Amino acid sequence: MRIGIACPYSWDVPGGVQSHIRDLAEALIELGHEVSVIAPADEDRPLPDYVVPTGKAMPVPYNGSVARLSFGPLSVSKVRRWLRDGDFDVLHVHEPTVPSLPLLACWVAAGPIVATVHTAMPKSRILLASQPVLRTALEKIDGRIAVSEAARSTFVEHLGGDAVLIPNGVAVHRYRQARPLDGWPGDGGAIGFLGRMDESRKGLAVLLQAFELLAVDRPDLRLLIAGPGDAGEQRHKLPAPLRERAVFLDEVSEEDKVRVLHSVDVFCSPNTGGESFGIVTAEAMAAGVAIVASDIPAFRQVLRDGRAGELFAVGDPADLARAAARLLDDPGRRAQLSAAALDAVADYDWGVVARNVLSVYETVVLGRTTVSIT
Amino acid sequence: MTWTIVVLSVLVLVLFSFWVSWRASRLDRLHNRVEAARTALDLALVRRASAASELASSGVLDPATSLLLADAVRRARQASAGERDLAESDLTRALRATVSEPGFRKELAENVGATELVDEVEAAAHQVFIARKFYNDVAGRTIDDRRRFLVRVLRLWGSAKQPEFFDMDDALVDSDSLG
Repeated sequence: MRIGIACPYSWDVPGGVQSHIRDLAEALIELGHEVSVIAPADEDRPLPDYVVPTGKAMPVPYNGSVARLSFGPLSVSKVRRWLRDGDFDVLHVHEPTVPSLPLLACWVAAGPIVATVHTAMPKSRILLASQPVLRTALEKIDGRIAVSEAARSTFVEHLGGDAVLIPNGVAVHRYRQARPLDGWPGDGGAIGFLGRMDESRKGLAVLLQAFELLAVDRPDLRLLIAGPGDAGEQRHKLPAPLRERAVFLDEVSEEDKVRVLHSVDVFCSPNTGGESFGIVTAEAMAAGVAIVASDIPAFRQVLRDGRAGELFAVGDPADLARAAARLLDDPGRRAQLSAAALDAVADYDWGVVARNVLSVYETVVLGRTTVSIT
Repeated sequence: MTWTIVVLSVLVLVLFSFWVSWRASRLDRLHNRVEAARTALDLALVRRASAASELASSGVLDPATSLLLADAVRRARQASAGERDLAESDLTRALRATVSEPGFRKELAENVGATELVDEVEAAAHQVFIARKFYNDVAGRTIDDRRRFLVRVLRLWGSAKQPEFFDMDDALVDSDSLG
C-alpha cells in the first residue's frame, strides 16, 4: 500500500507522537509498504528518507501552553502538493484535533482517511461547535484509532464515533541490549526512574521516600534518575547523608535512555495516576529489567496483574520499599520477572501494532479510490 | 504680639486646608480618569476578541488557523481578573502568528468579506495598543501623586484603591521581523 502519514508536531523535537509515527512508519516499511510522512521540520536538517518537511513549526499559544505547529496558507499549499504527488491509498492523520498539518490534510483531502488520537481532548465542545470548518474536516475521517481509553473518549464525545484501541508500540529490538553506564549498577544495587521529576503524578516523591526507608539497611544502594526537571530541588527532598547516593541526569537521548534501563537492578514506575498506557514501563519491560510499579490500571494491565512485574499500593512509600527490597534481595525473582516482562511486551512490539493498524487501513480502503485533493 | 501669632496661625491653617482640599479633589479627578481609561481598555480588549472570534468562525481561514484563534479568544474571554493580562498577551501572540504573518492577507485578497474582517481585527488590535498606553499613563500619574509626602500622611485618597499598571504583550508586529 501507499500510505501517507501526517504529523502535527516538529519532527526534530522529541515527543511521544513523533516517536510513535517514526516507529509506525519504519514498521510499515519493514512490512513492504511505501510510506511518506509529512511533518513540520527544518528543510535544512538531515531527515529520514520517508519524511517530507514543511519548514520549521511556529511557536504559538494553544491549549494553555506554547505549541510548535504548522498552519496557514503556506502549510495548506504544501499539504496539497504532498497529497497530489503522493497518490496514497490511505491518509493517516495523527491528533487531527490539534491545529496543525493533520487537520489541514483532513480538510483538503478526498478519499480514505484514518485518524489516530493520542491524548484525551480537553473539554471544548463549544469550540468545535463554533468552528464549522473544523467539524467538516473531522467528519471526513473514516477509520478511528485511539492509543488509550482516555484518548478513545475523545472520539466518542467529540468526533461522534467509536475508535479501535491500538496502544503505542515498543520497538523491542531497540531496548534489548545496551552497555550500562560506567560504574552502574554498582555492588550496592541501583533503582532507576525515568520521567518528569517535577510532575507529581509521575510519583518521584514516593520513590524518594521509599529510598529513605531502604537506605537504612543498604549502605551502597543508589538511585539513578533521568528526566527533565529541577534536580537540585528533588535532591533536597532527601536527608543530607543520602543525597550523594541519588544521581540525577537531565533529559537523556533515546540511546542513553536505553543505557539507563540497563544500568539498574530494579526499575521503578511510581506514578500515582494519569497514565493511560505507561510507555516508559513497557520500554523497561523490553529492556528486561525487573520492574516495581504502582498498582494503577494501566500498569496492572501491562504487567499482567503482577506476573510480569511487582505491583505496590499507589502512593505508599513503605509498600514500595517492601516490594523493591524483595527484588533487590532476590536475583532469581528478578530474572523470572524479567523473562515474564519480555514475554508480555511482545504484544506491544511495533511489528504487531503495525499489523493492527494495517487492518484498519484495509477496512477503510475497500471499494475506494486513492486519496486526492478537493 | 500674641494677636499676631494667633492671626498668622489661623491664616496658615486656612491656607493649609485650602491646599489639602485642592490636592484631594485633584486626586479624586485622577482616580476618575483612571476608571474611565480602564473601562476604555476593557472595551478595546473585548472588541479585539470579538473581531478575532468573527474572523475565526467566518470559514475563510483554514481550520488550523481558525482553531488557534478561537482557542485564544475563548481563553481571553474566560480569564479571571488575575490572569487577564496573560490571556490577552496570548491572544496577541496568536494574532501575530496568524494575521500578521506575511502572505496572510495576500491569500485572502480575492475575498472582500474576508479582507474586511481582517481589517477589523487589526484596527481593534491597534485600539488596544493605544488604550493601554493611555491607561498606563494616567495610572502612573495617579500612583506618583499618591506617593507625595503629605498625600500619603493624610491618606487623601480615601477609599480609592491604588491603580495597577496593565502589562501585556500588545505589539502588533513581531519586533524581530521589523526592518
